[in-house]
Amino acid sequence: MSAQSPGGGSRLTPYLQVAPLALIMLAMVGIPIGTVVLLSFWESDGISVYPAFTWQNYRDVLSTGVTLTLFANTLKYAAIVLVATVLIGFTCSYFLVFHVRNLKWQIGLFLLCTIPFWTSNVIRMVSWIPFLGREGLFNRMLMQSGLTDRPLDILLYSDFAVVLTYIHLFTLFMIVPIFNSMAKINPNLIEAARDAGASSWQILTGVIIPLSRTGIALGSIFVVTLVMGDFFVVRVMSGGQSASVVSAMKNQIDQLFYPQAAALAVLLVLVVVLMVSAILRVVDIRAELAR
Amino acid sequence: MTHGKDRGSAGLTRRGFLKTSAATAGVAAGSGVLGAPMIWAQTIKDITLNQVGPSYSVIADIAEKASADLGFTIVPQTADSTSLMTKVVSQPETIDIADLEFWAMQKVWRSGKLQPVEIARIANWSKMTPLMKDGKNFDGSDLSRQGTMPLEVMYTGGPGDTSFAAGATDYATTMPTIYNADTVGIRSDLIGRPVESWAELFNPEFKGKTALVNIPQIGIMDAAMALEAMGEITYADKGNMTRDEIDHTITRLIELKRDGQFRAFWSTFDESVNLMAAGEVVIQSMWSPAVTAVKSRGIECVYQGLKEGYRGWGLGMGLMGHLEGMKLDAAYDYLNWYLSGWQGAFIARQGYYSSVPETAKANLTLNEVGYWYEGKPATEDILDPYGAVMDKAGAVRDGGSFEQRMGNVACWNTVMDEERYMVQRWNEFISA
Repeated sequence: MSAQSPGGGSRLTPYLQVAPLALIMLAMVGIPIGTVVLLSFWESDGISVYPAFTWQNYRDVLSTGVTLTLFANTLKYAAIVLVATVLIGFTCSYFLVFHVRNLKWQIGLFLLCTIPFWTSNVIRMVSWIPFLGREGLFNRMLMQSGLTDRPLDILLYSDFAVVLTYIHLFTLFMIVPIFNSMAKINPNLIEAARDAGASSWQILTGVIIPLSRTGIALGSIFVVTLVMGDFFVVRVMSGGQSASVVSAMKNQIDQLFYPQAAALAVLLVLVVVLMVSAILRVVDIRAELAR
Repeated sequence: MTHGKDRGSAGLTRRGFLKTSAATAGVAAGSGVLGAPMIWAQTIKDITLNQVGPSYSVIADIAEKASADLGFTIVPQTADSTSLMTKVVSQPETIDIADLEFWAMQKVWRSGKLQPVEIARIANWSKMTPLMKDGKNFDGSDLSRQGTMPLEVMYTGGPGDTSFAAGATDYATTMPTIYNADTVGIRSDLIGRPVESWAELFNPEFKGKTALVNIPQIGIMDAAMALEAMGEITYADKGNMTRDEIDHTITRLIELKRDGQFRAFWSTFDESVNLMAAGEVVIQSMWSPAVTAVKSRGIECVYQGLKEGYRGWGLGMGLMGHLEGMKLDAAYDYLNWYLSGWQGAFIARQGYYSSVPETAKANLTLNEVGYWYEGKPATEDILDPYGAVMDKAGAVRDGGSFEQRMGNVACWNTVMDEERYMVQRWNEFISA
């Protein structure tokens, strides 16, 4: 703030500038999380909740093996989906940025990637069911071509179906940020690397991947948080055979055990925060974005 | 479930409401005569009643017909039983009439958010089936008390009483409306042999082709019916298991799941329909209208009555505590309209029974009465409530007559004392 601004106001100005965002964050993020934390210490009798301070909900959540199984299961999904979406997202973006030279084609193909997203998540998920089912299209195709004589059960209502759906739903969240950071790479850098005698592989690992890591990190944050917070895909695509942390929470909420669900939610928030901060430690997104 | 009964501060204001409503009740006595509301016609149009309940009970067509007959507006709103319970407790002012399952009453009544139904104001109460009114079977014997038998939550001492009365009083907690006997649905074409016992649900022959409902309280009871039928355990009360019984049941379920017995655990009506229609599953827990939906696609699906008996359920209409004056009178008019037959006939065509069978039957054709209530072969095509052909002439209803089906209820939908533990173990089963 320069000398032109009237005295006194200058010290307040930065605070006023952050105030709108701070207020929105407080109202939309701070208060809800605070409420969940508060609720996790309250008591419930299966119909109402009562203000209290009890560790019982955390004791219930932490003392059973289910919680560990749930977290392990959810983390397993997140890990598989993360690897798959990074591979697919990176490949697609690489193709779009470095192989498609024409800007019009680039934009056109990029829009093509988004076409499935013109319908709702639920539709895209449910449409897998008739395709993968026991009497579904894919199994019929396999049987008619003589590859199998019995329908494959593993295609639907299984972990396979869950992971497949996640990848289908969330890959775009990986493509967009990677595409964005790749598009910012100065072509001269690649020319220079080539002039200096680098192979295509060396260019990829030495230039492109390091310069796209902001995008990979951003995409990873999207994918990890989306998978960790899901219950609907798990429920529908596993046919209720698998559970995630949030689906267990949903079961508890359905039975009106809100405080227990809140305790589980607090645990989940902690785990996700740890994961996101781990990603942020590896890549300093703020510095990279300002670049 | 073990914590205090009467905490919370809503009691005082509720009592205030109840006093005023009791006073107006006296003034309006007699207004319950069918179809002849004594409310002043000018203002009657301004009254709207929000009726909230599960989709199989709160039906737009019924609300529309009632609004046309009664002159005020019924606004139907569907909510599954669990979210309805939360609403009743935490946002009671958003509801006027709540369609509550009897097991839900076990949880909700003690919150004091509902007011009792004055039996004197329900004209057809005396014609009500003994199953609901007296807790007696058709032959006068006692009904099974496993689970929440309707009588256990039917009566209360009077306004302000948040406990249940053991026998009949002048005040009902809710006015019973619909009920049915649930069993398993089977694909008779794919099984190709008679199915007679709940044990078939866990028969290795159907490995990978069975499903259970993923509603813990109901799923565990279907499992219990099967385990008991297999002769490996006898429960003292399937509707209120001890921790040991819950442990045994869940351990066995986990074993079965690991062996690949189950194809899926469904949570919604359409999931159960699709599992059955797509041939993913040949035997599973199911609701009656879901079987109807599969059948109407031209697929052979039977709601198979089994020798160990049915799992019964039912629900009633509860009056919210804040209703008073003209609104309360209108609500009583609506309750009386409900038992006058049109609604009973409507839901009969969906496979449910009315709490006053007499008036429902009077609104059905002879053919329909024979098919739905008496277990006789249909003399002509049977139509569903919306006019689609449901069953052909000559067909007989699965499980037989009203008396054969409702008279053979082995346990009732319920909530257990050990519910919290049970839900936790059920989560373990689902994630195993």
